[in-house]
Amino acid sequence: MMTHVPPFRLPSGGRLIDRAFQVPFRFDGRHLRGLTGDTLASALLANGQMLMGRSFKYHRPRGPLASGAEEPNALFGLGQGGRFEPNQRATTTALANGMVMRSQNCWPSLDADVGSVNNWLAPFLPAGFYYKTFIHPRPFWKHVFEPIIRRSAGLGRAPTDPDPDRYEQAYGFADTVVVGGGIAGLTAARDAADKGGTVLVLEQTANWGGRTPTDHDGGQAAIDALLADLRGRDNVTLRRNTMATGLYDHGYLIAREALADHDPNAGLPRQRLWRIRAGHVITATGALERPLSFACNDVPGVMLASAARDFIADYGVAPGRRIVVVTNNDDAYRTALTALAAGLEVPAIIDARPQATGDLPDAARQAGITVLTGSAIAKVKGTRHVESVVICDQSGDGKPTQTIECDAVAMSGGWSPVVHLWSHCGGKLIWDDAQAMFRPDADRPPLGADGTGNVTVVGSANGDLRCAGDLERTEGATEPVWVMPAKAPYKLRAKMWLDFQNDVKVTDVELAAREGYASVEHTKRYTTLGMATDQGKLSNINGLAVLSGALNQPIQATGTTTFRPPYTPLTLATIAAEAKGDAFQPLRKTPMHDWHEKHGASWEPVGHWRRAYAYLRGTEDRHAAVHREIMAVRNGVGTLDASTLGKIIVKGPDAGRFMDMLYTNMMSTLAVGKCRYGLMCSENGFLMDDGVVARLSDDTWLCHTTTGGADRIHGHMEDWLQCEWWDWKVYTANVTEEYAQIAVAGPKARELLDRLPGSIDFSQDALPFMTWAEGDIAGIPARVFRISFSGELSYEIAVPASRGPELWEQLHNSGHDLNITPYGTEAMHIMRAEKGFIMIGDETDGTVIPQDLGLDWAISKKKADYIGKRAQRRSHMTDGNRWKLVGLESLDDNVLPDGAYAVDEGVNANGQRRVQGRVTSSYQSPTLGKPIAMGLVRHGPARMGQVLDFPMPSGEVMQARIVDPVFFDKEGGRLNG
Amino acid sequence: MADPMATVTRQTGLGMITIRADLDRAGDAIAEAAGLAIPDVTGITGDGSRALGWMSPDELLLILPAAEVAEARQALEQALTGEHALVVDMSNARVVFDVSGPHAADVIAKLAPVDAAAMPEGHLRRTRAAQTAAAIWRQGDGFRVIGFRSTADYLGLILQNAALPGSQLAPR
Repeated sequence: MMTHVPPFRLPSGGRLIDRAFQVPFRFDGRHLRGLTGDTLASALLANGQMLMGRSFKYHRPRGPLASGAEEPNALFGLGQGGRFEPNQRATTTALANGMVMRSQNCWPSLDADVGSVNNWLAPFLPAGFYYKTFIHPRPFWKHVFEPIIRRSAGLGRAPTDPDPDRYEQAYGFADTVVVGGGIAGLTAARDAADKGGTVLVLEQTANWGGRTPTDHDGGQAAIDALLADLRGRDNVTLRRNTMATGLYDHGYLIAREALADHDPNAGLPRQRLWRIRAGHVITATGALERPLSFACNDVPGVMLASAARDFIADYGVAPGRRIVVVTNNDDAYRTALTALAAGLEVPAIIDARPQATGDLPDAARQAGITVLTGSAIAKVKGTRHVESVVICDQSGDGKPTQTIECDAVAMSGGWSPVVHLWSHCGGKLIWDDAQAMFRPDADRPPLGADGTGNVTVVGSANGDLRCAGDLERTEGATEPVWVMPAKAPYKLRAKMWLDFQNDVKVTDVELAAREGYASVEHTKRYTTLGMATDQGKLSNINGLAVLSGALNQPIQATGTTTFRPPYTPLTLATIAAEAKGDAFQPLRKTPMHDWHEKHGASWEPVGHWRRAYAYLRGTEDRHAAVHREIMAVRNGVGTLDASTLGKIIVKGPDAGRFMDMLYTNMMSTLAVGKCRYGLMCSENGFLMDDGVVARLSDDTWLCHTTTGGADRIHGHMEDWLQCEWWDWKVYTANVTEEYAQIAVAGPKARELLDRLPGSIDFSQDALPFMTWAEGDIAGIPARVFRISFSGELSYEIAVPASRGPELWEQLHNSGHDLNITPYGTEAMHIMRAEKGFIMIGDETDGTVIPQDLGLDWAISKKKADYIGKRAQRRSHMTDGNRWKLVGLESLDDNVLPDGAYAVDEGVNANGQRRVQGRVTSSYQSPTLGKPIAMGLVRHGPARMGQVLDFPMPSGEVMQARIVDPVFFDKEGGRLNG
Repeated sequence: MADPMATVTRQTGLGMITIRADLDRAGDAIAEAAGLAIPDVTGITGDGSRALGWMSPDELLLILPAAEVAEARQALEQALTGEHALVVDMSNARVVFDVSGPHAADVIAKLAPVDAAAMPEGHLRRTRAAQTAAAIWRQGDGFRVIGFRSTADYLGLILQNAALPGSQLAPR
């Protein structure tokens, strides 16, 4: 018995590493060293570590299968604290100084994983196991099965701390974007640049050239020559470390550029998400090698032939001392020759084809390597590492012919073009029987805005596997091998892995086919084939070939699953980019924001605005502050920052006509200098906004909207003006942000304002309720509206936004003895409810019409039309059974919960208790010292004094009496004072 | 590394007047009152002190020193007498930032879906900067960005963040 040789660093070679610089890192607590230029995978191999993960379902030991983005096994948790990231691919992550990585999906350790007991249960865990097992008894799913399955589901652990790194996005534009910096991409870039226009070339790795430098003599020189040419052109931009992850309509290409991955000290954004508008996209994304399906093809040490070659040639790392190559094509012979040249042993090349006669097989034979044609691997022996392979005839059922001892197996089942970007946006594929691959159908490309193809595909991505021109050698044809050996019995097929990450085997796909999952999309979901973090890059074609075999149909009849972006996973932080911390969302601040902040404002978000909910003093809580503020306003004077209210100018010869259409009531007859409260409905008759309108001049009105309505109502106006009444002479302007607006409310409001010098007469005679005046206050140009939402004597003063803080300060400096008090939105809400004033969003919810709210007085009977008028005549709108606004008075001292339903007798057709009303606003009234509420109740206004039942979730029933919705100062003496 | 990308400066002392009118009918009168040529579609004209930007088929924005606003507004209203037009002072509704320096275009390109590097002189782009509305044009050795007063802090912050030294967009 030969001694097993774990992977090791070769004494020389490795085109991407620099042996002069060692890089220390930590793996599961062990201190290891790699070299500059290593990936995590090559560094681990160099340290003798082939075991890099545990599979998801059976926890089988796994080594790296690939050397690039398609890697399904070698996934690690990387970094610590806020920088921890799960599922990082070791094969594409560059090793960095001090990197900390830990293995996943294993406990207590990668070497001794308890979960691997699942491996012994494998015969009892076939495809669909979960669906079949956990369905009965029904209640168990929610309470027993789901919590357990959820805990064991998902690969890797989510980080728990905030990500401290910075990320950004950038918008890019180019006439041509070439995706892929291999020989095909660089050549296409040169050709595109020759034709003029800007050319952007994106390469996912840090190195140009793709496979060419590794696979071809003179490859690096050819790449260098192309790069030198391209670098000398002004219209070409070359960008490395940039992964194009998705292609969308209109040539919108998303790409992720790694700037300072795992180098937090660089002071740079870690990653940048490019959002590129490409005139034309050329995909030169290469091809991925396919595994072969032979028994135990997942034992650590079995890897793709190209990966074995890359580890040796690019990183100077040997997967083992003795490497067996198994293939159905000529390309894998390169791996044998590379291994041999590096001083390793290649005991045999197992070629499934009956003959192997090309340049490469000849070269291998000349080098003294045994080539076994028509042969197959019946089984790999070994559990934690490869010990030997059992050889058999490809055409047979696995009867052993010999056993070859080895440390590693390099397999190649042929190549699949990377068609993801082509497919993301609608490009179609055709099955190429001769090459056994799906490749882009040039006749059915993704289409651009002009209906012509806006993507072309070049090189091996197009199925042109031998695209290196003069560097290529003649090769024999690939022969499709989907199961090895051809007539393998169940026992062997049950050990042939298709999806290495999700543990889907040949037998699982066959079972799905037997159980009726004929659609490839259904089979995918039933078996989880291709649903892991690698999205089936390696398993897809092999899986659907097996499915086609089981269904006894050609592969093209089975088709592929959908290719969806992103090609490789994107960090969520890169998508969020600048939108974090203080820049998470634009916070809209009023001109007096800083004053509020300094005076204890407890903030309330209102859209993107921050408004003061209340101003907390000392140890006050919000409730106490609101109580104090209301009493101060009712007994003295208070100020409210009303700057967020929408303010829209409507001007023109047809403005009056337009206003009459916008509002339910008559606005054209409003006299200059006067104000009127108005309602706006949608076309469907529902109340959508309200506010006070002031007539500024003969042809100009100023519309106040709700805070949330400012932009929406301005858009609503422009919509009607531009689309329906385009010939009306009306201009609008949203001047919301031009003004700071301060409500000065309370019985002492006039006394306070009279103290400030200025030109405005605030007296009842000069400025009665619902009028406005212009002038200056304390040297500030101002417009004063005598309007009231609090029910108190109230003036709303609009001044240029930049002067707002000045006026606010002046008011407060002048009113100490009047107990002037800033009040917030909650005090405003309660005071309006005490007065029975409705609030858009409380009393309305998009289903309420003004008539429901007793606002018939604000609906013109004279006007021929207004927006919503016709809708309000529909039978349902005029139905006498509609719920109408009333006040509600609790029978005890408790505040009714907002939204509570009043129940009726009996049950409806669904067996639910009938309802007859609901609470729309509910508060403890400081003014009245009791709870007050408003609600919508069936026949409400006709049922004054009746008591309604409101059942609570606790089972208790609260009761409230129907009363008038105006709880305070019904006569309006205060606001007219 | 600490290569300065651009400086971000908040400009004060600028006034703005929104003008809405039929530009075909009233263009000459507006031009005379504003003292600037009417810009082409998506264009902006200027004389170093004032600028006149095209905002929509019937809307212009006059940017000028704040001290000249009252007089200019009067002149415009006078020039538009008898026309259906709207002249509104918007000086307080907006905030102005200048982004200047060798990589100013990179700062813009990180926030706005605009080919900033290719944006010609005299072009005004109404767009967004990340999540807030903005209008952008070339000014001096960089760009002028106007946004809403209420989101001034946000706009300033994202511009500063995008100008992080060393984070220019050129491939490294």
